[in-house]
Amino acid sequence: MTEFFQSLGMNYEWAWFSATIAGILLIALPLMLAVAMIIYMDRKVWAAINLRRGPNVVGPFGLLQSFADGLKVFLQETIVPSAANKGIFLLAPIITFTVALGAWAVIPFDAGVVLADINVGLLYILAISSLSVYGIVMSGWASNSKYPFFSAMRAAAQMISYEVSIGFILVCVVLWAGTFNLSEIVEAQRGHGLGIVNGYWFNILLFPMWVMFFISSLAETQRVPFDLTEAESELVAGYQTEYSSMSFALFWLGEYANILLMCALNALLFFGGWLPPLDVDWIPWFDIPGIVWLFAKILFFFFMFSWVMATVPRYRYDQLMRLGWKVFLPISLLFVAVISGYLMATGHFGAAA
Amino acid sequence: MIQTIAFYLFATIVIASAVMVITARNPVHSVLWLILSFFNAAGLMVLVGAEFIAMLLVVVYVGAVAVLFLFVVMMLDIDFAELRAGFMKNFPLGIAVALILLAELVLGIGAYQTGAIELGDPSGVGAPRVGESNIENIGALLYTKYLFLFEAAGIVLLVAMIGAIVLTHRPPKSRRSQQDVGKQNRRRPEEATVMKSPPVGEGVEL
Repeated sequence: MTEFFQSLGMNYEWAWFSATIAGILLIALPLMLAVAMIIYMDRKVWAAINLRRGPNVVGPFGLLQSFADGLKVFLQETIVPSAANKGIFLLAPIITFTVALGAWAVIPFDAGVVLADINVGLLYILAISSLSVYGIVMSGWASNSKYPFFSAMRAAAQMISYEVSIGFILVCVVLWAGTFNLSEIVEAQRGHGLGIVNGYWFNILLFPMWVMFFISSLAETQRVPFDLTEAESELVAGYQTEYSSMSFALFWLGEYANILLMCALNALLFFGGWLPPLDVDWIPWFDIPGIVWLFAKILFFFFMFSWVMATVPRYRYDQLMRLGWKVFLPISLLFVAVISGYLMATGHFGAAA
Repeated sequence: MIQTIAFYLFATIVIASAVMVITARNPVHSVLWLILSFFNAAGLMVLVGAEFIAMLLVVVYVGAVAVLFLFVVMMLDIDFAELRAGFMKNFPLGIAVALILLAELVLGIGAYQTGAIELGDPSGVGAPRVGESNIENIGALLYTKYLFLFEAAGIVLLVAMIGAIVLTHRPPKSRRSQQDVGKQNRRRPEEATVMKSPPVGEGVEL
């Protein structure tokens, strides 16, 4: 895109600057829209599973429901509790939201269509997703109220626990792909399964990793069955109890942007990202733009997220910790050893092995 | 141009937030300033081209260590008057530490002035490899030249971890309300529930 701005007569630095800003807007604005529509989809899926109708009043089929909700919270008064730590109280939703958008910088939407094609892409995602706990912890502490505080404690422990096993799962993928760059990870999946299937999920050693990654991503985004940070039966609304108006909406948007990010990661790391499901030309797969494939996969995973939410009861906190530390951590560690051993034995790393 | 601006931005924020860490009255604010400082230090690493170190700094320090810090500090009930009373008592110690740090800084800069440190060795095994990302370079160095040090550091950490577990481990008997998940999973509906069909108006005998 830099070339386009240079052709308009800018020098290189200004062209780079404009191209980056344009790229950020091109990702962030459709993402906002996607979050609004995905909230609608979420509610429709739950409604269908509960045999209800779901939102169906605002706009055709209720499509504008999210925008109506957005307008409503926008018009409400922002209430800051008098005992709250004001600076941190207002900073927390901003951090949640910014961090949720920031991670999208390295997500490749198609071959070469990525804002920042850095070679530590996956580490960047890990770094950013480990930051998202701060929004919750800060809001819980700054609210100066016990329910948000409990929620913040739970969030901190939960997210750190599951990040450990997510880290090991990502190590498995990185070992197989031989790179941290997300675009190259997707390319490495082309024809991975028997030369036909695009995606690591077809690999018998990586499929259990994907199952664990999916469950860990539920825990990482605090979705049901792991939404103990906002367990309404115990903690009112968790860390967002004291929030109102736009500061609440920012939490909401950030949460869904994070969920979309996790769906995108599932698609990119295990299901071949923008590649069509099969690497064959029987049907004109490759004429469909890659971005459509990626969106279809993200939507599929989002459907799975809503499906889980509508069917599964909430975990108890000790069960959550047990699953993270006593089940996922040993299994993922074992798989790191098994996968690296297998790759060494089959000479995946070249003759030096 | 952009790099110069970014450098001064990051450097200024690192120093300013480091100053705020020690001047902030509220310990939670201190930790948050510390996090900001870590974050901008990572920015400086990116500027010199060490993106791997930068990401590790964020993942390890900001993502894990500082969260635990914050976790502990949030739960502390700190008496500020008591803290300030201890200030004069620890003043000489603080001065001593500051002097040692200053001496090390002077020594370090002096050593740097005499010439850059050569990381590669003459045999060429660990020589800087041009044209590869610094993940590959660090990996090659860690697993060849510095393999022993790397593994030794790993063992030291493992020992520390086992030590922490041993210190906090309690024998199974003294554990309060420890749950047996296997037992919970083995439990079937027949053990816990009874099916009764009471006639209308009579109720159930418990």
